[in-house]
Amino acid sequence: MPSLWISNARVIDPAAKRDAVGDLFIKDGKIVASLSVADKKKAKKIDASGLVACPGLVDIHVHFREPGQTHKETIETGSRAAAAGGFTSVVCMPNTAPVADTPGTIQLINDSIKRTACIKVYPTGCITVGMKGEALAPIGSLKRAGVVAITDDGDCVQSNELMRRACEYAKMFDLPLMDHCQDHSMTVGAVMNEGVVSTRLGLKGWPNAAEDLIVARNAILSEYTGAHIHLQHISSKFSVDIIRRAKKRNVRITAEATPHHIALTDESLGTYDTHFKMNPPLRTEEDRLEIISGLRDGTIDILATDHAPHTDYEKDKEFDYAPNGILGLETALAVSLEILVRQNKFKLPFVVDLLTRKPAELLKLEAGTLAVGTPADICLFDPDKKWTYDAKAGFSKSGNSPWHGQTLRGRVKTTIVDGRAVFDGTCIL
Amino acid sequence: MPWTRRHLLTIEELSLDEIHQIHATATAFKKILGRSVKKVPALRGKTIVNLFLEPSTRTRMAFDMAAKRLSADVISLDGSSSSTTKGETLRDTAQNIEALQADMIVIRHSAAGSPLYLSKILGIPVINAGDGAHEHPSQGLLDTFTMREHLGSLKGRKVVILGDILFSRVARSNIHALTKLGANVTIVGPSTLVPEWFKALGVTVSHDLRSALADAEVVMLLRIQHERQTSGMFPSIGEYTNLFGLNKTRAGWLNPKAIIMHPGPINRGVEIDSELADGVNSVILQQVTNGIAIRMAILYLCSGGQPEQVIPSA
Repeated sequence: MPSLWISNARVIDPAAKRDAVGDLFIKDGKIVASLSVADKKKAKKIDASGLVACPGLVDIHVHFREPGQTHKETIETGSRAAAAGGFTSVVCMPNTAPVADTPGTIQLINDSIKRTACIKVYPTGCITVGMKGEALAPIGSLKRAGVVAITDDGDCVQSNELMRRACEYAKMFDLPLMDHCQDHSMTVGAVMNEGVVSTRLGLKGWPNAAEDLIVARNAILSEYTGAHIHLQHISSKFSVDIIRRAKKRNVRITAEATPHHIALTDESLGTYDTHFKMNPPLRTEEDRLEIISGLRDGTIDILATDHAPHTDYEKDKEFDYAPNGILGLETALAVSLEILVRQNKFKLPFVVDLLTRKPAELLKLEAGTLAVGTPADICLFDPDKKWTYDAKAGFSKSGNSPWHGQTLRGRVKTTIVDGRAVFDGTCIL
Repeated sequence: MPWTRRHLLTIEELSLDEIHQIHATATAFKKILGRSVKKVPALRGKTIVNLFLEPSTRTRMAFDMAAKRLSADVISLDGSSSSTTKGETLRDTAQNIEALQADMIVIRHSAAGSPLYLSKILGIPVINAGDGAHEHPSQGLLDTFTMREHLGSLKGRKVVILGDILFSRVARSNIHALTKLGANVTIVGPSTLVPEWFKALGVTVSHDLRSALADAEVVMLLRIQHERQTSGMFPSIGEYTNLFGLNKTRAGWLNPKAIIMHPGPINRGVEIDSELADGVNSVILQQVTNGIAIRMAILYLCSGGQPEQVIPSA
């Protein structure tokens, strides 16, 4: 593998508090401090003038649908979409078919990752058998098989007793629990945020209280058991407040927000467009602004996409019947730059941190840094480049994105994994 | 002003002028219903498909009757006999109906927004005959038509809608029609079925029957759906009737000339006492008759017909 010399980039490495124009050197797949004169002569040189060079992006919440739902996405196509979005490490949810609740299924997923993924993909396992919320899955065996966290994904564990035992048990392996916070008894048949818009549209509402209750439950169980609970895709204003107060007491909870929850509200649902249907649902402007405040003050730790591919024909239905979820990987960087940097004046290195070092540290992944000696996972992007997103022509197998056809600003130019370019701004290499 | 709308999906999207035009056209068609030969050739040679994927008696019969009065050919298809039970999507079912050369589709569906969805797919007019808890525009139009027959202009008139508002498409369509026509609308019922969110639609929300009914000139009752009590929306039918059922005493709180309306089907002794349902102030069966005229107007206008001239009310 040739050495790489990335020159004249604005290098942003939040872990090292680095933000300066300079060069990056890569040898044998690792970041090095410099190259010898001989190596420099042979090195492949990338002129990164005008570009940002940062650690490859990290997304700890994606759905790659393998095994069992490969008509929507595969580990191969999902990892390509990730690479095109600047991501070099992602974490897959276990709601596959079958669900990832046995070491055998994790092995199957890991085999496919080895064969087909162009970036680093990590599996998670279920908290309960069959994601049914009734009995603990073999969490220790899942850990040995290589899961980086456990979660029942959209089927949030409803029993407080079972969740408590899962916390205690998982803590023994220092394995984080990721929870999609939703009280099912309050959301039967619900398809969008409960409020003025759902009232007008006649759609069944999903009250934010159903999220807030489980967020509070998780804060209490984390404090009681000492387990690390990661709260997925926070969408409600009150939830942000609950997390903020729990963190003041040093409770071991962390939280994520998605690009869509900081960019969109339930007002987008006026035409019953199923590309705005996801779970948790888009909420109100007040909620959206409070989530941005939560990101600003660290209450919400990271950004994650909840990349959830569904085919055209699955989404092309009556609103009530369409599945929840939208794509996220190829638009996450541009949307985050627009909402956080340009509209809300976040510093660029801070947003890079939300997408790199912090999610990597949260699940102890070897990623999110440009430190010498670490794997050379790098994203080069032009923060101002305008481009039109064609979801149908993207790298994901599906095209269900609310940003389809829109002009976005901020484009990935090169994605490097272990010192090898896997995306060149146009093609997967 | 010429009529340009091809689909009738909601009342929310109609202008005040359009509501007046539909009412004026329905007035003309209502005269035909009184003749011995109740038929005009307006839609001769056209085929209308009633696609009713959710049960309906009144609305379906009225649309059927309206189409026949206009000399259209009508085919009715219901949920249990359509291919949707074999897994066919709504898109495919509708496209097949279009390929069978139907000229118009009237759809009733339990999922809100489905008529709008179909209107984007199909090249033929789509008429919403009720979509989930969203809208039931022909009902809202016939209800306001009936009110205007009795009251004239609705501007400044107090109209009360009583019952299960949350799940009611009839309530939503009436709220939109009535607020556009200038009426003062109060919705009343148990707080679980009449949430505060509705204030955003420009109505007064009340849980006190006496003050809500005071001096009202119209009271419209909505059916209480029995299945709601098992889901914890209210304790029992008995308690509902005790608190919100319309009986003779409570009807006395209304303006003496007030009319009593109900879109049907009615539950006698639950939301309304029998003697009121059959009493002199009840216009429940007039609503049904007007439903034919309104639907004739809708089918005619959305097929490219032009409205009767609107005569400005005094």
